Amino acid sequence: MDYALFYFLILGFAIFMYTLLDGFDLGIGILFPWFDNNEERDHLMRSISHVWDGNETWLVFGGVILFAAFPSAYATITSTFYLPIMLMLFALIFRGVAFEYRFKSDTSKKWWDLAFSSGSTIAAFCQGLILGSVVEGIPANASEANSLIWLTPFAILTGFAVMAGYALLATSYLYMKSRGEIQLRVAKQGRFLLILVILAMGAVSIWTILDQAEIRARWFDGLNFLLLSPLPLASAVLSYIAWKCFASDHKAKHESWPFWCSAGLFLLGFAGLVVGLFPYLVPRQMTLWEAAAPDSSLSFLVYGIVIFLPLICAYTLWGYRVFSGKVEDYEEGY
Amino acid sequence: MELDVAILSRIQFAFTVSFHIIFPSITIGLATLIAIWEGLWLKTHNPYYLQLAKFWIKPFAITFGTGVVSGIVLSYEFGTNFSRFSDIAGPVIGPLMAYEVLTAFFLEAGFLGVMLFGWQRVSPKMHFSASLIVAIGTWISAFWIIAANSWMQTPAGYEIVAGKFHVTSWFEVIFNPSMPYRLAHMLLATMITASFLVAGISAYYLLKKQHINFAKKGLSMALWSALIFTPLQTYVGDLHGLNVAKHQPIKLAAMEGIWPEWEAPVPLLLFAMPNMEEERNDYEIGIPHLGSIILTHSLDGGVQGLKSVPPEDRPYVPLVFWSFRVMVAIGIGMLFIAVCGLLLRHKDRLYENKAFLLLTTAFTPMGVIAVLAGWYVAETGRQPWVVQGLVRTMDVTSLLPAEKVLFSLIMFVVIYSLLLGVYLYFMGKLIKKGPPKMADLERQLIGMKAPGYALAWVKNLKHQEQGDK
Repeated sequence: MDYALFYFLILGFAIFMYTLLDGFDLGIGILFPWFDNNEERDHLMRSISHVWDGNETWLVFGGVILFAAFPSAYATITSTFYLPIMLMLFALIFRGVAFEYRFKSDTSKKWWDLAFSSGSTIAAFCQGLILGSVVEGIPANASEANSLIWLTPFAILTGFAVMAGYALLATSYLYMKSRGEIQLRVAKQGRFLLILVILAMGAVSIWTILDQAEIRARWFDGLNFLLLSPLPLASAVLSYIAWKCFASDHKAKHESWPFWCSAGLFLLGFAGLVVGLFPYLVPRQMTLWEAAAPDSSLSFLVYGIVIFLPLICAYTLWGYRVFSGKVEDYEEGY
Repeated sequence: MELDVAILSRIQFAFTVSFHIIFPSITIGLATLIAIWEGLWLKTHNPYYLQLAKFWIKPFAITFGTGVVSGIVLSYEFGTNFSRFSDIAGPVIGPLMAYEVLTAFFLEAGFLGVMLFGWQRVSPKMHFSASLIVAIGTWISAFWIIAANSWMQTPAGYEIVAGKFHVTSWFEVIFNPSMPYRLAHMLLATMITASFLVAGISAYYLLKKQHINFAKKGLSMALWSALIFTPLQTYVGDLHGLNVAKHQPIKLAAMEGIWPEWEAPVPLLLFAMPNMEEERNDYEIGIPHLGSIILTHSLDGGVQGLKSVPPEDRPYVPLVFWSFRVMVAIGIGMLFIAVCGLLLRHKDRLYENKAFLLLTTAFTPMGVIAVLAGWYVAETGRQPWVVQGLVRTMDVTSLLPAEKVLFSLIMFVVIYSLLLGVYLYFMGKLIKKGPPKMADLERQLIGMKAPGYALAWVKNLKHQEQGDK
């Protein structure tokens, strides 16, 4: 297998892990306005305060894999999407420090609540904007123009779609981690968000297929649609299961199912995206082979990935197991 | 005035990276100290060690958090503001940073959760392991980022193919000529920074006559650590200086304010105003021959001066010259405190001498300032090059409209000022609150599965309810 393809898969893995893991904790920030008393907000924060840092590391990992393996694509994408990336970083700063300061504050708690929820929401929206504009394609030398190519109607739609998706992940995560009243509430919210996400996925898919001839051809030429039909079909099945399990009279063993179904939906949506865009890293401009770093760099990093990535997954999983079970509201922090 | 996007990008990078380095320079050393205290507690069961660990873990957490969020910015800024640099040097710098993420960032983040929140969920030994792993993670992180930065100072193991760097030997890239010295210098600096932070706060408590036993233990340990690391740093700093003289003579000339193409013997300048236009120093005060002794280890040794290269190849001399002096002056002050500490300890006056405690308190943030000054020497001294002798910084910034960068720069200045204010406010608050009480320490350590847990939980609940009323 050639190196470029290997790194393309690793990059995909990094992006997927990021959207899944930081997805649910950004999503909790998006849900924050719907939980307006202090105890509930403490509960929500407690459910992720030990994992947010690790989750956000996947964003750094995605960035440096792009930098290391596809430096030309990293250079083009980051400088073209200068403003949405900067906005995302500012937002991530606010929500990140809110974890540290919120529990230590007496009078400024409401400001940290605002920093956390608006930071999470804006970061998610910016990620959606970037995703949407990558799908639409980047004209050459876009970074030099004082253009707002990332602020198109389509990109705004994907921005809201990503927000809805993250919020869905958050409700399904909280469904596992909480009890009683909060659990009932997130189940209801989860069902609502599930509908929203399905509508958003449908709208984004149809818009893309109408708008992008290459992607349309990829999906509908010859027997392609027959081969690709498992993607939308599986999405429908997973949505149905998630809907069923988001029940108020749940059985304990099904508590984690909505989360895995939502994760599955993310994976399928992501797969659908890659099917449409492959082999472009910068659509219609740069394929993964054109952007790849020289073999001397790619071969060097393979060892690190093969050895450390499984280890990372193992101890990350261990970390989640240490904190498995319901959130304990009066557990001591550090 | 016409806004120059390259200048704006450079200011923004300098500002964001300066802000960022404040936090790792504290956490690397502090993580190590916390792991040591926790280890000592496990070994001796002396509760003061636990109290030290449990107190300092709080400042550590907010420092680490701020370091994380400001660090994420940097990993994207290479591309957003220096896209042409990323394109040509990505094959060298990219994999080094990827290794940093793979071997250090995930490790730190993965075990930080357990270190901060897992006291009641894992055994004391497992908790100690988590703290130790976080400390080791910070060290590994320093290894890779210093390797990448040192390669930009003294590039090796590369060839240039079609205008881009290709690696011929990764060993030479990582262990490039300046890397061992710079790594040792930085790691020692972080240990010293953390030591003076702990010493300073402990001295403050002693002055205020608060938490006496806790403060004594902290001051004593921090000063032992300072006594070991500051002399060692002097020695490593000297070796590092010789390495700069060999590989980056113009940076050295700027540090020492040496203008002639070749100067011998070299004086050591205590004061001077380097004058870039007239290519000389104003108001120079120096000690003859001392420069030669320090730089060449001989009485009359000579060094290359700034005029040996054309003006466009010289850094901005006053900044390099004065940053270097600030760093060295703080270093001398630290050495003085460490030695005074030893003498006072000998006379049994370490915890009573007011002047000494005041001076030590004043030195609380000095490690951070010295680290910043040192990095200014390293980074501005390398200019106008981004990769020494090969790539000019001005040639590789992103071709962006200046307004975009101006906007982000203003935002960074506003947000980071706010962040620094908040950070200092909460640090002050934690210091005012003081270490956890011994009785609380016991309760906090009851395991989740232990019989006492439910009881402690109920007690805590009552406590909270009373608090609400």
